[in-house]
Amino acid sequence: MLSKLMKEIFLASRKTGWILEPDAKLLFREAGLPVPRFGWAKQASQLQEIAAEIGFPLAAKVVSPSVIHKSDVQGVAVGINSIEELSAFYEQVSSLPDFAGIHIEEMAEGLELIVGAKTDYQFGPIVLLGIGGTGVEIYQDVAIRMAPLTGKDIDSMVRELKGTKLLTGYRGNKAINMEALSEVLLLFSELLMEIGPYIESIDLNPLLCSNDGCLIADARIMLDASLLTS
Amino acid sequence: MDLAPLFLPKSLAVIGLSTSNEYHPANVIFNKNLLRYPVRSYAVNPKGGTLNGEQLFSSVADIPEAVDLAVIAVRADFVPSVLQECIDAGVKSAIIISGGFAEAGKNDLQQELTEIAGRHNFPFVGPNCLGLYSPTMVDTFFLPTERMVQPPSGDVAVVSQSGGILVDLLVKFAGEGVGVSSAISIGNKALIREIQLLEFLTSDPRTKVIAFYIEGFAQNEGRDFVRFARTCGKPVIVLKSGKTKEGSRAVSSHTASLAGDYQVFSSVLAQHGIIEASNENELVSYCEALSCYPNTRTEGNVGIISGSGGHGALAVDACISKGLNVPPFSQPVQKSLQAALSESIRAIASVANPVDLTGSALEIDFVAAVEQFCRIEEIDCILLLMLPYLPGLSSDLGARLSQVYRRFKKPLIAYVPHVEKYQMLIEGFELNRVPVASSIESAVCMTRVLRRCRPC
Repeated sequence: MLSKLMKEIFLASRKTGWILEPDAKLLFREAGLPVPRFGWAKQASQLQEIAAEIGFPLAAKVVSPSVIHKSDVQGVAVGINSIEELSAFYEQVSSLPDFAGIHIEEMAEGLELIVGAKTDYQFGPIVLLGIGGTGVEIYQDVAIRMAPLTGKDIDSMVRELKGTKLLTGYRGNKAINMEALSEVLLLFSELLMEIGPYIESIDLNPLLCSNDGCLIADARIMLDASLLTS
Repeated sequence: MDLAPLFLPKSLAVIGLSTSNEYHPANVIFNKNLLRYPVRSYAVNPKGGTLNGEQLFSSVADIPEAVDLAVIAVRADFVPSVLQECIDAGVKSAIIISGGFAEAGKNDLQQELTEIAGRHNFPFVGPNCLGLYSPTMVDTFFLPTERMVQPPSGDVAVVSQSGGILVDLLVKFAGEGVGVSSAISIGNKALIREIQLLEFLTSDPRTKVIAFYIEGFAQNEGRDFVRFARTCGKPVIVLKSGKTKEGSRAVSSHTASLAGDYQVFSSVLAQHGIIEASNENELVSYCEALSCYPNTRTEGNVGIISGSGGHGALAVDACISKGLNVPPFSQPVQKSLQAALSESIRAIASVANPVDLTGSALEIDFVAAVEQFCRIEEIDCILLLMLPYLPGLSSDLGARLSQVYRRFKKPLIAYVPHVEKYQMLIEGFELNRVPVASSIESAVCMTRVLRRCRPC
C-alpha cells in the first residue's frame, strides 16, 4: 500500500507532470531504497544549515518544475567544497525559470548504472537495468523484464548486459555489491507494482554502485497522463 | 467458451453464397468443403432455390441438423442480424469472413458483434479473416484449393493476425515438409484473440507446437499471454511485425526511449521462455525442429558431420555467431572415431569437430560417425550436412540415420538441398521425425532453437 507521504507527493506533482527531485528522493527513501543524505534549500538563508548537516564536499542541483534536464542548463554542480561555492551556485541558477530552490546532497562514487521503469501498453509495468550515466542512450546497453522481478530475472539481466564485466569486476576494479543491487531492483520492482498505474516512466540515472553498496544519485518520475490535472 | 465445434466441426453452414458470382468467397468455401472434406456442408442464401444442383437454404434455421460452425460471408451491415440468427438457430460457433468493420473505421459495427456474441457466450473468429484450415477436416479459406499450396497434416498449429502471411507460411511449411494441425487467421480478433486460441491449442492433442504471427496486443493483454504461454507446456513461437514503429508520444525519460514497444516485446517474450522468430524462414525452421523434438532442451554443444571441409567450416561460423558451442574433441574421442571409419578414409578424414568424412566416405561411415557422436558426452546435438551427390551415398541414408536417432535419442538435424532429385533421402529423415533443413543457415537455426531459453 502507498504511504500517506507517497500519496501526497503524487497529488502535489499532478500539475507539473513529474516529481521534483527532492520529492522523488523522499519517496524512494520512504520505500526503503538507498538515497544520499540530502536537503532542499528553498531560500539562500537555508544553505549554511543544510551544508553543515551533510558536510562537504557536496553536489547541488537546481529545483524547478520547468527544468527536467538539469545539466542542459548548467543546473548541476558537483564537488562543492565551501559555503561560498554553494552560495555562488545558488545565485547562478536562481535566474532559471520557475526556480524553486536547490537540491543539496552528499557526493557519492561508483559505477554509473541506470535502473528504470515504464508502464508498457501491452505488458504493464516493466523494469530496465543498464549501463547508465549521460551516455546511456549512446550505448543502449540495457536489459528489460516484465515486473515483478524474481531473483532469477535479476541474475539474467546482469548477465545480458554487454558491460556485465564492469559489474562483476574488470582489470583491477572491484566487483560491485551484487546483493545490494539485487535488493534495490527487488524493492524498486515491488514499489513499481504499487505505483505502476500512476507513472509513465522512472529513471534512476545514475544509480551509483560500488563494492560498498548502491545509491540513487539522480531520480526522475514522469507521471501517467491520466493523473495529470488539466 | 467451447472452441471444439469451431476447430472440429462435423457440420458446416456457409452463409452468403452468390447465385451469379462463382468466385464469391462463400461459393468457394462451400464448394471446397462439399467436394473435398468430410464435414457436412450446407449453403445458405435468403432467396432459397438451388445452385449447381445443391439446395440453398433460405435461413440457417432451416438446416435439418444442429450446425457446429457457420461461415458468414455477407455484407458487413447484415452480419449482426445473421450472427443473431445463427445463435437463435443453435449454431455452436462462427467464422466471420466479411470485412468492413474496425479495419474500415466501423468500430461500432464490430462492437455490436462482440456484444451479441458476449450475451450468449458464443464463440466467433474474425471479422475480416480467412478463418480456419485444418487438413482433412475443414477449410474456410476463400481460395480455390488448386491455387493453394497445402502442407500435410501434422502437429504445428499456426495463428495469424494476417490472412496473407498465414497463406504464405503454409506455402513455406509445405516446401519444408512441415505438417500442420490447424492454421487460423483471426483478422480483427474482435472476440476470439490469441490468448483463447493459445488456451485451446494447449489442450489440443493434435498440436505439439504453437506458432503466432502477431502485430500487437491490446492494453495489458501481452501480460496475460506471456504468463499463460510460460506454463502451457508446449513450445510457443512468435513472429512479430511493427518492430520499427516509433512511439508517437514524445519521450522525456531515458527509460521510455530505451524501452520502446518492440524492445519490451522481445525482452518479455524471452523472459517467459517464448521463442521469437525474426522472420518467416526462422519461424518455419523453428516449427520443424520443435515439432520433432518438442521436449528437448540442449545446452547448445554441437557436433558437426559433413562430407566436405567447406560445409563444416561454414556451419561452425554460423553456430558460433548464434551463440552455440562446437567443442573440439579430445584425443581419445578422435581415436575411437577414426577407428570406427572405413579403412579407405581413415587417413584422410578429419575427426576433430567439425568432422569431415571427405567425398570418399561411404554410407557406413556416416552411420558410424553418427553412432559415435551419440556416445560423445561433450555434445548434445548433431548437425549432419548431407551431400547427396557423393558417390558412396544412397537415398536410404535418411531412413537409416533416423533409426540411429531413435536408438540413442540425441537430437539429429540434417541439411539436404531441397530438390526433387533428393526427395527420397529427405523423406527418409522427415517421415522418421528427423528435421531436414534446406540450407546450412536454417539447419543452424534449428540447432539453436533446441537450446531455447528457459523461462527466468
